[in-house]
Amino acid sequence: MKNYLQIILIFTTSIIFSQNNKNEKTSFGVIGNCEMCKMRIEKAAISVKGVKYANWNIPENILTLVYNSKKVSLSEIHTSIAKIGHDTSEATATTEVYNQLPTCCLYIREQKNKAPLNNEALLQ
Amino acid sequence: MKFNYLLYGSLIFLNNLFSQEVIEGKVVYKDSRENLALEGANIFWLSTSDGTISNSSGDFRIKKSRKTNLLIISFLGFYTDTLKIDSNEKFVHFMKEDKSNNLDEVSLSERKKSAKLSFTKTQNTILVDASELLKAACCNLSESFETNPSIDVNFSDALTGTKQINMLGLKSPYILISEENIPMVRGASQAYGLTFTPGTWVESIQISKGTGSVVNGFESIAGQINTELKKPFTDSPLFINMYGSRNGRIELNTHFNKKITEKWSTGLFVHLNQRNLKIDNNSDSFLDAPLSKQINLLNRFQFIDPSKGWVVFYNWRFLNDTKQVGQVLFDPDLDKNSSTIWGSEITTKRFDTAFKVGYVFPEFPYKSFGFQAAYSTHDQKSYYGLRNYDIIHDSFYGNILFNSILNNTTNKFKSGINFSHDKYFENIDLKSFSRIDNNLGAFFEWSHDDLEKLSWTAGLRIDFNNNIGTFLTPRFHLRYAIGPSSILRLSSGSGRKAANIFAENQSILGSNRRIYIENGNNPFYGLLPEKAWNYGISLSHKFKFINKNSNLIFDYYTTEFENQVIVDVETQGRAYFYNLEGQSSSKSLQFTFNMDITPQLQLSSAYKNDIVSIDYKSGRKQKQLVPKNRMFLNLSWNSIKKVNNQQWKFDLTIHHLGTQRLVENNITPNVFKSPSYSILNMQLTRVFSSFSEVYFGIENFGNFTQSNPIISSEQPFNINFDSSQVWAPVLGRMIYGGFRYKI
Repeated sequence: MKNYLQIILIFTTSIIFSQNNKNEKTSFGVIGNCEMCKMRIEKAAISVKGVKYANWNIPENILTLVYNSKKVSLSEIHTSIAKIGHDTSEATATTEVYNQLPTCCLYIREQKNKAPLNNEALLQ
Repeated sequence: MKFNYLLYGSLIFLNNLFSQEVIEGKVVYKDSRENLALEGANIFWLSTSDGTISNSSGDFRIKKSRKTNLLIISFLGFYTDTLKIDSNEKFVHFMKEDKSNNLDEVSLSERKKSAKLSFTKTQNTILVDASELLKAACCNLSESFETNPSIDVNFSDALTGTKQINMLGLKSPYILISEENIPMVRGASQAYGLTFTPGTWVESIQISKGTGSVVNGFESIAGQINTELKKPFTDSPLFINMYGSRNGRIELNTHFNKKITEKWSTGLFVHLNQRNLKIDNNSDSFLDAPLSKQINLLNRFQFIDPSKGWVVFYNWRFLNDTKQVGQVLFDPDLDKNSSTIWGSEITTKRFDTAFKVGYVFPEFPYKSFGFQAAYSTHDQKSYYGLRNYDIIHDSFYGNILFNSILNNTTNKFKSGINFSHDKYFENIDLKSFSRIDNNLGAFFEWSHDDLEKLSWTAGLRIDFNNNIGTFLTPRFHLRYAIGPSSILRLSSGSGRKAANIFAENQSILGSNRRIYIENGNNPFYGLLPEKAWNYGISLSHKFKFINKNSNLIFDYYTTEFENQVIVDVETQGRAYFYNLEGQSSSKSLQFTFNMDITPQLQLSSAYKNDIVSIDYKSGRKQKQLVPKNRMFLNLSWNSIKKVNNQQWKFDLTIHHLGTQRLVENNITPNVFKSPSYSILNMQLTRVFSSFSEVYFGIENFGNFTQSNPIISSEQPFNINFDSSQVWAPVLGRMIYGGFRYKI
């Protein structure tokens, strides 16, 4: 019984006090709206090898990350989030991907191909 | 080959031609919370009749016009937009609401559900928040489950009127009931423990069906119920609640909360209740409800430092509860130990204290550790007629928990150790029993979540117990999203516990049954520890039924006992306790259907089938007093909140209980089944402002009672006397009212 206890104690303390200096915490803006976006954004971030933790805050549109800077660069993470349609502070999603977003995740973005005009003038 | 190229070439050409001619788009709008597709928006080219409308997902296709590149999108109640289309790229257009139109605003907000099945958790967990608890105004934890179909509230005996809860057809000792993750209703407090937590103290309740997690111990078999109490930092500075009922029950609840410093806060919660009205409506010479008095104090301190990641709690709590039951004429000062007038007094004193520390690594939010230590002493002195029963239970519980991840947060683990020390001393009549249970356990629980469809939790614990020995407890839960609106859950696991036969079956003491305990050389009154396996499957599906948000849940859980202490009251005048020989199982099936009839009116309904079959010495039988069939219906209505939070709330609950098997008795010698019956409860609440509200309710509206709840009540010193065979309410229709005030 004492042996078991010692093993357990050594195991837990070693986990608690093992320092991961290469792990870095950061946060940046990612555009989205809802629970569905949260799942999509967090999944895209966590799927990048080297990302340990991802939490996207809905009202603030801020993604908090912990990642291993030796395994992955920050720009790779930005790119892979933009790849699923969500613009980040440093990467922009292509229109094609944006158009495929679920309805609830669409966000207002500048569109080159259309320019709202003064309706009153045109309709008369 | 050539032909193929030609075919492809022409296809590409056709495709290009086609796409050049058609513009695709989507029309959506943003309300305060989310994006919604606009169905039926008009899309047309300026000054032409070439137009289309958007479909249910807001999508549209329109042929390109030769005359113009100006596309108009309009929808009643929104500003009309004109877009200049330069490319063939699909686009998404957001419409802006035109508030100047005097159209009635379409309210799309849904009412927050107060009790809901978690859609994302791996375990089959029901979260009950404080607003659900308000649906039944009275009074303590045992009564707060009356509006929840997963937990059955039963009457344990005709004397105290204590309500006992069942889950999956099994009694509360098979449920791990914890308060802020510290096991609470166990050991000596098993019979009355739930009545020792006032309803107003409760912030939320989590109910998990099946064995649950390994973190809090091995004792859960049918389920886990965890109660979170109100926290001084978030509870209002002052809260007052008074309650009174026609049958003489008065309750007072007050909470005082104060911020001492920026990081320290304290709360003092006071609960008093009393009933001093003697009622005997069924004229059996026995009180229909006990005379009672309770003082319950809780003082808690909370420390939070979010920047450094520390949270600390310290609580102490004191309880003094007295009950007097028995014949109306019984006067404890004169008639105690009398063999002509039957009476009983139950006095409980309890002191609890708990200390908790939690730390979240600020740089690594997924890494945290927690430490808990709790001590309680429970002292019950009681007599039931000529029978004495005293129990003292001292308990210490300690827990260290560490949370972190494996590689990334899709794989999390919890690991830790818990230690418990329980010291029991019991006197029953002239016999005494004492016992010490020491337990040291270590656990590891691994949770995987692919953030989309599949998640599972696998837990294992090893326990070293001075009375049970060394053993493993494995538990596994899985959740799989079959589609966007259907969830499948599976669970399996084992649980064990020591049966505290007298504390758990105190209702038997309210009878003159002669008690026989099977002789054996085993640690618990000569009996073996109990062990069971539980397996469950649950399917939940969200859908639109006649265009209303609905969900259907199907649950099936089975519990198989390897060892069980059988409580056998099949023979009149006797109660036997013996180890299971043969089979004992509980198979519980539940269908739940919920629907939002209107945004203001919600329906919740359930059908349950519990087959609890036990091999008694006299053969295999359904457990007595457990109905095989039950139905439940709750309608909950809220008026639309006015500006100053004024609101009406109305709740109606119907419980239907099928027939229950009765044991041999001389009152109804040839009746082996109770009739089926229904109970209707309702409550009306008027909210005046965010500070005050009053409520008024009726319990047991149909006034259904069991006419002879006590067997042999005319001869209370006869061996056949038994108050524990209760299958329906003893009290009839009951009217109550009260108010709540907070700052």
